[in-house]
Amino acid sequence: MPMLRLQLGAIGGGGRKAGPGGGERAVANFDEDCVTMAVAAAMNCLDGIDRASVDGVLFASTSYPYKEKQAASVIAKALDLRRDVATADLTDSLRAGTSALRAAIDSVKAGSARTVLVIASDCRVAAPRSALEKSFGDGAGAFLIGTGDVAATVEHHHVISDEIIDVWRTESDRFVKSWEDRFVVEHGYTTNMVDAINGLLQKSGLAAKDFSKAVLYSPDARSCAGVARATGFEAKTQVQDLLFGKLGNTGAAFAPMLLVAALEQSKPGSRLLLANYGDGAEALAINVTEHVARLWTKRGMKWHMERRAELSDYDTYLNFRNLQTSDVDRRGGQGMSATVHFRDRDEDISFRGHKCRRCGTMQFPFQRVCFQCFAKDDFEQVRLSDKHGKLLSFTFDFFAGSPNPPLIVTMTEVDGGARVYLQMTDASPKEVKLELPVEFAFRKIHEYGGTPNYFWKCTPLRS
Amino acid sequence: MNPEAIRDKVAIVGMGCCKFGENWDKSPEDMIVEAAFEAYEDAGIENPQEQIEAVFCGAVYPNKGTAEVADALKLFGRPVSMVTNYCATGTDAFRYGVFSVACGMYDTVLVVGFDKPKDRGVSGPSAVTTGVRGLPMTPAGWFSLCAAKYFETYGAGREDLAKIAVKNHHNGTLAPKSMLKREITVEDALKAPIISWPFGLYDCCAQSDGAAVAVITKRELAKRFRDDYVLVKAVAIALAPNPQSDPSFDFLRWKPTVYAAQQAYAQAGIANPFKEIDIAQVHDCFTLTELLTYEDLGLCEKGSAKDHIASGTFALDGELPVNTDGGLKTFGHPTGATGVRMLYENYKQLQGKADKRQVKNATVALSHNIGGAPQTCGMTIIGMP
Repeated sequence: MPMLRLQLGAIGGGGRKAGPGGGERAVANFDEDCVTMAVAAAMNCLDGIDRASVDGVLFASTSYPYKEKQAASVIAKALDLRRDVATADLTDSLRAGTSALRAAIDSVKAGSARTVLVIASDCRVAAPRSALEKSFGDGAGAFLIGTGDVAATVEHHHVISDEIIDVWRTESDRFVKSWEDRFVVEHGYTTNMVDAINGLLQKSGLAAKDFSKAVLYSPDARSCAGVARATGFEAKTQVQDLLFGKLGNTGAAFAPMLLVAALEQSKPGSRLLLANYGDGAEALAINVTEHVARLWTKRGMKWHMERRAELSDYDTYLNFRNLQTSDVDRRGGQGMSATVHFRDRDEDISFRGHKCRRCGTMQFPFQRVCFQCFAKDDFEQVRLSDKHGKLLSFTFDFFAGSPNPPLIVTMTEVDGGARVYLQMTDASPKEVKLELPVEFAFRKIHEYGGTPNYFWKCTPLRS
Repeated sequence: MNPEAIRDKVAIVGMGCCKFGENWDKSPEDMIVEAAFEAYEDAGIENPQEQIEAVFCGAVYPNKGTAEVADALKLFGRPVSMVTNYCATGTDAFRYGVFSVACGMYDTVLVVGFDKPKDRGVSGPSAVTTGVRGLPMTPAGWFSLCAAKYFETYGAGREDLAKIAVKNHHNGTLAPKSMLKREITVEDALKAPIISWPFGLYDCCAQSDGAAVAVITKRELAKRFRDDYVLVKAVAIALAPNPQSDPSFDFLRWKPTVYAAQQAYAQAGIANPFKEIDIAQVHDCFTLTELLTYEDLGLCEKGSAKDHIASGTFALDGELPVNTDGGLKTFGHPTGATGVRMLYENYKQLQGKADKRQVKNATVALSHNIGGAPQTCGMTIIGMP
């Protein structure tokens, strides 16, 4: 969940402030998109886990900036996973997150992979000042699917496919579009969700009372209550909090993120129902095991809900999404050289540094000749992204053309020795000082040439 | 290496400099011709097509490279070459010229430094890059990175930087060819908009257009041109690691200056720079650059710059006046021209032709450029025979 929140009452601009109970939504920073949020979620997911054990990455999203070019491969590279990792994008439907979960489970069950990383992430853009803009949120959820001492197992599932034009975006559309609300809720959302859940209950022989929590994707609270009522769930006690007025509807990531929240609150032995909607619907019955406690140490929804900062105003949000005219052309210029990107991707995307085998000096970027002992081509690569660091120096640059000046630029020393010239993100100049402990976040560094160009930034270490 | 290989062998016998500024109505040709013909007149050269045997050019943003100079001055049929070395470009062009004369290949050569960044339509140097890391980036962002650490270590602050800006603005009002001619106060500097902390607007030099030219010849021939010629004692270039990737960088000094100073002092035979150098033009792209340079050049102890700024050591009437013409602060920084423009000021000062900004009894003068992130330094030391 991105750190920034936009007050719903501020949407529309004119310095409007939220009224009491107006709520807020999560907003990706200007340097965040579905890919960077996916990497952040996956880093938390894989914390303490040997990344070499990951055999596959499935990425689910409807808002990946490229129409042709895979996101899962960027994510796998940023996570510095093995070269022979199997990657795929599941896209074009809000249901993509649960589809990816099922596909991962199937491949682990079939034995074609030991562990598969599933990430759902969305940063959908609605027309400025529209109702959708208020209801959307940005975020990502990540799960590692495997065998052994798992935190939860999936017992049963039921899937329904449906053809309905309810929410869509064509290749040339900038903003998500929607047909009339009542039609979408009645004939799309409710019908499909009820059919999927009832199908699951019938198949499994389970009843609503056998579940401690139902995690139900929903465009709004009322529709959710309708589905719960129609399938025998007690809306007030049995349905996972939809976080309306806090997170917002995070699209393909919404149901997965709610599942993370549910797992954080689940006791061993409890059973969850996960139901997701989009071009049909699907329902999964999930058994929580005694190993679920291991998840509670990770940065889940609770940690992210508490880490928040308010966006100052609506205009800043519009500027973040390039929806406002500005004299800084963030998408202009010649852009990144594909060949430079190709040569530097181990440094830029996987964020590896060089450690001299002779004198041990860490250096970034890669060197052919050691700064310290002048040995040639005698380095080993070391992943820096999962380490912490501290600030050696910094400046606040008001001239660099950032959509949210000042740009905080730092010299950061990574624990273990490498120094990197890094921008800082999700931080205010007030908290910046020498020796400040930082961690690393995969972010968009610029959009020259009209493409998102990713690199790492530092961000204050928040415990 | 023979550090004395060039000492006192080459003389500057003529110099010219166009007015620096946002020269909207002038082309590179206009500026080069203006500076070169002033230098010709200064050296008493009446037939440059006969008398100039080689041309060494320095520019960072040329449109046509060497042809820009050869076409403008109609100097054909002889070697014309060009060097680019970040902000040390003008000094490096001068260095090649000095070497070519010192080795006896040519008698008299022309050194031309010029740049016309204001034709590019940007208000500051834009970092052109094809890579990903570090964008968007600004030179102010690079040069300010020493500030936090230096301030904390030595107790200096924005007020000390402001005093440097005030001094250079004052000196600039006395230089006919400077761009900015307005006195400022410490308060003006402190309340100006921040560009990249701790640099406010007045801590940064401007972008400007300019050209400067030197005529150099071998010492034995210098008297044929003029009596008050000036001798070259040292000209040095040194590179150092990019501070953004140097594992041993301490954020308290810039290694390029330290390295180049070692070379230059060895060439000139200088043991105590504070005593032996009378005036200095140093690279004040940002006020902090000038502050660090005082110390990196050994003009004062590391950490003591603040006290010397307060006591006026480097003011026009101080013990060692620095940036007597107002520096980059008031001339702006057409990169290729700057090193040669500094030589122009030192040359005029040593000849006693610096009018209201004239420093008394100056016989040895230093100039210094530092550029890149920063990674390169160029230095010259010139003196009276």
